[in-house]
Amino acid sequence: MTEVAVIAYGAGNVASVQFALERLGATVRLTDDPAVIAEAERVILPGVGAAGYAMSRLSELGLVEPIRAFPRPLLGVCLGQQLLFETSQEGEGVDLLGFIPGAVSRLEPAGALPVPHMGWSRLTRDRDDPLLEGVADGAYAYFVHGYVCPDGPATLARSDYGGPVPAMVRSANRWGCQFHPERSAEAGAMILRNFLQVAA
Amino acid sequence: MTARRIIPCLDVKDGRVVKGVKFVGHTDMGDAAELAARYRDAGADELVFYDITASPEGRTLDYGWIKDIARLLDIPFCVAGGIRSVDQAARCLDHGADKVSINSPALERPELIAEMAARLGSQCVVVGVDSRLEDGEWVVHKYTGDPDARRRAGKRTLDWLDEAQGLGAGEIVLNCIDQDGVRKGYDIEQLSAARARLTIPLIASGGAGAPEHFKAVFEQSDVSGALAASVFHTGAIAIPDLKAYLAGEGLEMRL
Repeated sequence: MTEVAVIAYGAGNVASVQFALERLGATVRLTDDPAVIAEAERVILPGVGAAGYAMSRLSELGLVEPIRAFPRPLLGVCLGQQLLFETSQEGEGVDLLGFIPGAVSRLEPAGALPVPHMGWSRLTRDRDDPLLEGVADGAYAYFVHGYVCPDGPATLARSDYGGPVPAMVRSANRWGCQFHPERSAEAGAMILRNFLQVAA
Repeated sequence: MTARRIIPCLDVKDGRVVKGVKFVGHTDMGDAAELAARYRDAGADELVFYDITASPEGRTLDYGWIKDIARLLDIPFCVAGGIRSVDQAARCLDHGADKVSINSPALERPELIAEMAARLGSQCVVVGVDSRLEDGEWVVHKYTGDPDARRRAGKRTLDWLDEAQGLGAGEIVLNCIDQDGVRKGYDIEQLSAARARLTIPLIASGGAGAPEHFKAVFEQSDVSGALAASVFHTGAIAIPDLKAYLAGEGLEMRL
């Protein structure tokens, strides 16, 4: 049975991620212990809210370096995807984990669409990836965010919300989902299942 | 773009859904989680669970049932009713809710919106607004869950929407109480006025009676979602049929 550590650092809805993984038969550990994270088979970094608060919590808990050094599959969800990048323009500017170049910026969609981007949007695949196996191109996923990652070579799938929204990104064996796979019905479950099955 | 959201609202008392939900067939509609799963399977885009007695009674809630719902659902859900502190809201999220909706407590102490947004993020802070037309103006009412406690909140609706958004609300549910339960359609004029004032998502509530009402509110008021209760619970409108109809009318729906 696959074991996955979900980082519980007070900046995310870890219960819904935990339940989604358990529905798929995974053994889930919610943890803020650097030693447990370092030894996990795979790690999920959830997150909602402010990037500055999330980074300061990770720092206080001594988790920044263990996450940076983690060699096996890691999936950042929502704010967790944004944390994979270098910096965020939120507030005065925040240094993030720095796996992927570029700055996270405020979402400013064309056409005066409401912000935050909240609701079900289609995923358009940019290239094939094990995490997207079995996910129909154009499948809907549930998004909630007011900041957006930079679009670049790391983008695996996009959504459109008054401009391109990097919906899934990847750098080596670190992936990100801007949407909430745990709340994205069948497509989300498929992506989580693929993450549990990708070689550790 | 986002698909228009269809959002059933379930009234909960002590973890049980109350009021007539036809597809179960009893007054006590059963376990909230069980009904949630039925709506999930019918294609609901999101669910709202409203603790109907909490706010007027001013009591603290036992939100243990949230966990049961979170275990089953793979779509987002919001909980409402009696949340009057950041800690209570945080506990809802810890149990697996995606959003919390506050209404009367936000009117009593608007800073609650800002406190929740700062700690939990705007994306999970929904402000519910009960509004009706009085002397030619839309005004806010509070404690609407209890006919005896219900009264004017002393604010004009559009002013309150501005204020709530400015304090950090991530979404507004505007419940037009003149329409509530009448099933003659959403209040297009009021919702359009609200949409024009807001930059955050707006959800329509109150008045749904026929599929055409959903079409009208999406097309004319450009709301992000439409909330309804009785038409879904009684089986008058089946969600798969409604979504297929709206998609056929050219609206983006998640089918």
